[in-house]
Amino acid sequence: MSTTPDLKLTKKDFQTDQDVRWCPGCGDYAILAQFQKVFPTLGIPKENFVVISGIGCAARFPYYMNTYGFHTIHGRAPAIASGLKVMRPDLSVWVITGDGDSLSIGGNHLIHMLRRNVNLKVVLFNNQIYGLTKGQYSPTSEVGKRTKSSPFGSVDEPFKPLSVALGAEAAFVARTVDREQKHLGAMLNRAAQHDGTAFVEVYQNCNIFNDGAFLHMTEKDKKAQWQLVLTDGEPLLFANGEKGIVFEGFEPKVVNVADVGIDAIHVHQEDGPIAYHYALARMRDPEFPTAIGVLRCTHRAVYDDAVNAQVQHTIDTKGEGSLQDLLYGGDTWEVA
Amino acid sequence: MSVANIEELDTVTVRFAGDSGDGMQLTGTQFTYTSALVGNDLATLPDYPAEIRAPAGTLAGVSGFQVQFGSQQVFTPGDKPDALVAMNPAALKANLNVLERGAMLFINTDAFEKRAMAKVGFDTNPLEDGTLSSYRVYEVPITTITRRALEDTNLTTREKDRSKNFFALGLMYWVFGRPIEHTIEWLDQKFAKKPEIAEANKAVLKAGYHYGETTETFGHTFKVKSAQLKPGTYRQVTGNEAVAWGFIAGAKLAGGELFLGSYPITPASPILHELSKHKNFGVRTFQAEDEIAAVCAAIGAAFGGSIALTTTSGPGVALKAEAIGLAGIVELPLIIANIQRGGPSTGLPTKTEQSDLLQAMFGRNGESPMPVIAPATPGDCFGMAIEAVRIATKYMTPVMFMSDGYIANGAEPWKLPDVASLPDLTVNFKVAKSEAEGDTFLPYLRDPKTLARPWVRPGTPGLEHRVGGLEKSDGTGNVSYVPENHQKMTELRQAKVDRIADDIPDAEVFGDETGDLLLIGWGGTYGALHAATMHLQKRGRKVSHMHMRHIHPMAKNVEGVMRGFKHVVAAELNMGQLKFMLRSKFLIDVQGLNKVQGQPFKVGEIVERVERYLDAGAQS
Repeated sequence: MSTTPDLKLTKKDFQTDQDVRWCPGCGDYAILAQFQKVFPTLGIPKENFVVISGIGCAARFPYYMNTYGFHTIHGRAPAIASGLKVMRPDLSVWVITGDGDSLSIGGNHLIHMLRRNVNLKVVLFNNQIYGLTKGQYSPTSEVGKRTKSSPFGSVDEPFKPLSVALGAEAAFVARTVDREQKHLGAMLNRAAQHDGTAFVEVYQNCNIFNDGAFLHMTEKDKKAQWQLVLTDGEPLLFANGEKGIVFEGFEPKVVNVADVGIDAIHVHQEDGPIAYHYALARMRDPEFPTAIGVLRCTHRAVYDDAVNAQVQHTIDTKGEGSLQDLLYGGDTWEVA
Repeated sequence: MSVANIEELDTVTVRFAGDSGDGMQLTGTQFTYTSALVGNDLATLPDYPAEIRAPAGTLAGVSGFQVQFGSQQVFTPGDKPDALVAMNPAALKANLNVLERGAMLFINTDAFEKRAMAKVGFDTNPLEDGTLSSYRVYEVPITTITRRALEDTNLTTREKDRSKNFFALGLMYWVFGRPIEHTIEWLDQKFAKKPEIAEANKAVLKAGYHYGETTETFGHTFKVKSAQLKPGTYRQVTGNEAVAWGFIAGAKLAGGELFLGSYPITPASPILHELSKHKNFGVRTFQAEDEIAAVCAAIGAAFGGSIALTTTSGPGVALKAEAIGLAGIVELPLIIANIQRGGPSTGLPTKTEQSDLLQAMFGRNGESPMPVIAPATPGDCFGMAIEAVRIATKYMTPVMFMSDGYIANGAEPWKLPDVASLPDLTVNFKVAKSEAEGDTFLPYLRDPKTLARPWVRPGTPGLEHRVGGLEKSDGTGNVSYVPENHQKMTELRQAKVDRIADDIPDAEVFGDETGDLLLIGWGGTYGALHAATMHLQKRGRKVSHMHMRHIHPMAKNVEGVMRGFKHVVAAELNMGQLKFMLRSKFLIDVQGLNKVQGQPFKVGEIVERVERYLDAGAQS
């Protein structure tokens, strides 16, 4: 990716002349604002950003970003972005998706993008509901949820997006919240810096069809108790440092720091064992606080690099292809 | 060669048939390859089961390879074999109904034991009960002689038996007077790392050849002279190979790099295999997780400025439909190569059919027009692939390229094109706003002649823009729900495709432009229709053949040619799909000559049906 240090880009450069049409009060506004704040700081020329989305409320995102953008079809953004990135590794390609888009109709593309480790930045807006189709339960809605399509309560077991990602061999996995603006910006920045697929789940409030889904951990008086903010190399502390997480094997347990001493608290390792990241990803109320931050950041071969290295290697060893040799190089005969 | 009588023949059709594990495809391919090198014109028909190894000795497991070669131009793999090699009772049983009286049968007698015969319903031995009395039967204990030829090797009996197809090949080389050297060279190369296998196969090949020469079983052998082909350099090519090379060439001529998104599917997979070999042309092949991802990845590549291709067969096209519609509304070049097979659903994966034409035309939601083109022969796939690239990039549109299992797997000698004479398809990406645009780039500002919108590579400063599946305003590309705008955009997308008619050659007409009956075909039926028309003309019938390579839009001469004939018959391997289109477009009373048996047309059946039709018409 080409980066130029002094591009003098500002938030305004990334705003379009289109009216933003999300419902007033939607969490998407906050996410858009952070993108427009972070993109100018990445040292990437504006014309090298591409934002690709599928279908859903979140998928309108590209229309509001003054970059190259592609609003595609339901669930397919990872596949479209993969094709683009393979041919154009010079671009910074961002995939915007929602819980329905990426975990229902597009589940297959999501896991295959992750296992290949295509150098894409994926931001999943998880509002645990179908918003655009006006309020049906989604694959991340909790059991028992009453919606238009589940008037007696949903009986579907939900996906946990980060569990899915880790199960698909994701090398970079993070979680953040629409209301935590600074944290959200920091996560976008970390995703941008990562080489390979970076998967960021954003808890996003749908104030029309699923209002308050994350209130238990976003309200001012709840945050301390129910958010565990991860920092690499730091102990897993929350409740203003009074409580922490220890691990017994791969089983997390909440303890009082005063009882066990700070040294007993588990220290977060972004490049630690995947089973640890998996356990961390699944912590939630009422037993645990929800972990936000970079849960996992490791490095492995990047798909588009490998594809293009193979092409280059073939050119280096066989020489650039010639049509004459391709056609006339096999077994031919002359007819006079 | 012994002093046997040598009979000269114009064309010969040979069919190799055995169990699907017997190596019949390889045997047929080698026979074809040698025949091409001695200068015969030819056409082939591989005919094999969908199962990789169907139960041994059953009718379902019979794998066949038919080739017609000749000293004159050959247009089809032949209707009925003049010679059949049957490696077991099932192979004999499966082919008895296609044999003409007097055909030669080469039968591996070792395989005719009671149980094997009973398995396929021969209650008595057909070699003894008179079943084969109208054929020239040559009984050869192929398995026994093969084992004997390999007595001195360390191979197991099983391994020895695996070479028996080379005995059949050697014998056929002798019977039809072709050299064994090319296959010997090929074996040396193929098994360079396993010389003992190469030696065994060579020994058995020679044993087959010498068996023909030294036994007195064969009264005479046959000679087929070289064909009078147009001067030039030739090579043998299958349709799928020519498709792969055509797209490599098309991308290069366009000045771009080729991206293939594909999910393995019969009979299209060989294109994926072939393209994945040619990375030094900058080709990237992406074996996707499914058909939808394959086409979507190609659309992403097209958005990035690459020549984007997805290869598949009918079921895959069904899955790709929504994405093809996306390529249509965002107006990006995308080529979908549909190597058709028998349908519906999984249908007949390894058999040919032309039943996806209306799917190509209409198989998407909304008004979603796209150009449809179809190659006529294996070699023609090369030029038509280049044509697909030309139309897609010039008009910024998805293009459906309709091959079929018959030409995909079939081979013919192909006169190689002069590389320097291939068309220049250089793409001019838009790199800056025009004066008319001022400060605002208009991604849907159209070329007044082609109605194509500009193609911009992401990374171009100042031309950042958004495209998407929602209806958009012409010019700005901004999302629009304005009623009149949707009408306008729908009409524009259709008009853009319609205008391609000004930019394509006339449909090829063989014969007079007026007459009693016009046979219209498209795609891989070319050879059979052409040969049938030649026969009919020789018999004094006023019949011509028009072949359509461009189906949507149609070439401008199509209507005029049709109106020059008393009767118009569309011959297709479906239930009448082109007929449906022609009737609705021109209000001409087109009749259908249709077949859906998973097999190509036979020349004889076309001749017969046309004559019957003409004679019935003359009486009424």
